[in-house]
Amino acid sequence: MKTKITVAVSGLNNVDNPGPGIPVVRGIRESTFFEPRIVGLVYENLEPGAYMHDHVDKSYKVPYPSEGSGILMERIRDIHAKESIDVLIPNFDSELYAFMKAEPELKRLGIHTFLPTLPQFEERHKSNLPEFGEKYKIKVPKSRPITRIQELKELEEDYDYPMVIKGKFYDASIAYSFEQAQIYFNKIASKWGLPIVVQEYIHGTEVNVVALGDGRGNTIGAVPMKKQYITDKGKAWGGITLDDPKMLELTHDIIGQTHWRGGMELELIRTDKKELYLIEINPRLPAWVYLAVGAGQNLPEALVKLALDYSVEPFTAYTVGILFIRYSYDMICSLEEFQTLSTTGVL
Amino acid sequence: MKLKKNIAISETGFVFDPTTGDSYTLNPVGMEILSLLKEGLELEAISARILEKYDVEKGVLERYLYDFLGLLKQYQLVEEDDEN
Repeated sequence: MKTKITVAVSGLNNVDNPGPGIPVVRGIRESTFFEPRIVGLVYENLEPGAYMHDHVDKSYKVPYPSEGSGILMERIRDIHAKESIDVLIPNFDSELYAFMKAEPELKRLGIHTFLPTLPQFEERHKSNLPEFGEKYKIKVPKSRPITRIQELKELEEDYDYPMVIKGKFYDASIAYSFEQAQIYFNKIASKWGLPIVVQEYIHGTEVNVVALGDGRGNTIGAVPMKKQYITDKGKAWGGITLDDPKMLELTHDIIGQTHWRGGMELELIRTDKKELYLIEINPRLPAWVYLAVGAGQNLPEALVKLALDYSVEPFTAYTVGILFIRYSYDMICSLEEFQTLSTTGVL
Repeated sequence: MKLKKNIAISETGFVFDPTTGDSYTLNPVGMEILSLLKEGLELEAISARILEKYDVEKGVLERYLYDFLGLLKQYQLVEEDDEN
């Protein structure tokens, strides 16, 4: 008999630039161990996940973390009183900090999480990547956080164009001239704030790994992937699992050294000389995590088990050469549902 | 020159490199050449097999064969014997 649990999940914006919520839910729903009730935490009235009743049992609107962690936690306490949440999986980078800070209180309430520690979260920030590379002896591109456009000019002494202009949480654009860099600086800064991270452009192919660390230095699972088709937003529309021992070795090395706790996505560039450069660590499971489930590593289920203190055996294999192909699908929803979520904040 | 061990070739001429994630499609002759490479045949032997089977001049075949092998190298689907 399966164990009944209630899991609260955010990131249900299953749109053209999807959050990881629905793929995480699909993994948990396919668990052979748990019988989950899924509670959706949504920020917007039109987050598709709230209307995907096969995946999400009930959804609650929550305030943006930028409104203050006190208000967010008040809402979580209110939802917990109704739903008795066992595990909470935040899926947005921008909300992780608030939930990591609230971890002791969540624990007191009986809500389990399995998140990176604050030092782990902080040291892998894009703006700290050079120090991260040096500390763990990992190849990273040169990069520097800047807060003023004038600093772009100063960087020209050390960096050649193209340069990569990155937001602190999301967004990255490749600038081939100062003029372009300026445009991207303003565009990304107005969306995500400062600093902007300017990174040396490494020529090669982007490859990614989704992985799960147990917080004690062990890699519970890891699946490497190459994007087959990229949207104009730079998101994977399709991807394929790879057989690349070097990528796995690097993943084990990073998790082993950092004692990473929770899900992660490594963004890497493989150069023509077959060297791997780490360009980013996303501190959560990515939106393509369902590929790992399809390849034989149900990382969302394993994450829930770790959160609930079950012992989890590391995955040792996955299927190479299987693909995910993302598609869009129009759901028909009643006005009643939309108005219920909009006015009561519950669906 | 040898085909990398983990390269997968389907009966329909679909080639998949699991290290890079890249895939290619071959015409029947390309597929035959790749299958012979996979069997471990040397270039002379491959050339002889193709000449025996098809009505083609040696010079023409060699030109196309070397072009094709150049492509395989460029896509890193083969390794030189001394790389083993």
